[in-house]
Amino acid sequence: MLVPRAIERTRDGDFELRLSDGERDLLRTLSDELLALLADDPDDPSLRRLRPSAYEDDEEAEGEYRSLMQAELEEGRREALRMFGETASRKRLTAVELDAWLRALTDLRLALGTRLDVSEDTYAQDIDPRDPAAYELSVFAYLSWLQEQAVEAALD
Amino acid sequence: MSPATLTPAEVELEEPVREEVPKHERPWIVIVWNDPINLMSYVTFVFQKLFGYSREKATKLMLQVHNEGKAVVSGGAREKAELDVARLHAHGLWATMRQD
Repeated sequence: MLVPRAIERTRDGDFELRLSDGERDLLRTLSDELLALLADDPDDPSLRRLRPSAYEDDEEAEGEYRSLMQAELEEGRREALRMFGETASRKRLTAVELDAWLRALTDLRLALGTRLDVSEDTYAQDIDPRDPAAYELSVFAYLSWLQEQAVEAALD
Repeated sequence: MSPATLTPAEVELEEPVREEVPKHERPWIVIVWNDPINLMSYVTFVFQKLFGYSREKATKLMLQVHNEGKAVVSGGAREKAELDVARLHAHGLWATMRQD
């Protein structure tokens, strides 16, 4: 069976979104949850991969980098997540909105993947429904699939 | 500039300077490290988008990150390297910088 792509570039240069209401609700919920976590608990360990160090072993330079860039990076992250949540119910996205989707999906996968301690083997394994993490693993797999669709559409 | 106008003396003066580049002037390199979360297609896309690399070059760098654990993706003066690292961080990639 040929499954239509979830995100597809149109002739006008914008992007058609073919997602169910359930998927759209899920995406909005996930974006709200990550925005809330960033605001309420910015030191949560699952956010570690969202803020890698620029300098491997130079604390002073790293401190300067953070004071210079961190605020702007955090604001950009929140903006992308907000735009993603706000446009989750749309039929079409502009190129700017698709870019926000790519960044938001990346941050959602980084946070969820860190919490689930994802490894390269995770992708090849079937999800055991008795696994307490089964739901989150399914969400992670769904986000990976959607991200792949978004990248394909962007490169089309 | 015409090479014919250079006298030998001028050439000799230039050489030692190049060998003794002070540490703060040595170029910086930007490294992207392998992580199990970012998708291969997305990493390729980010290299194309941020650095204007061709699909071939971006794919080659992505595969180097994936297979060897890391790849040098850009470099230059410290300010430029720092900006590139920040743009990579904004796209969720694990990037660091060091002096070459």
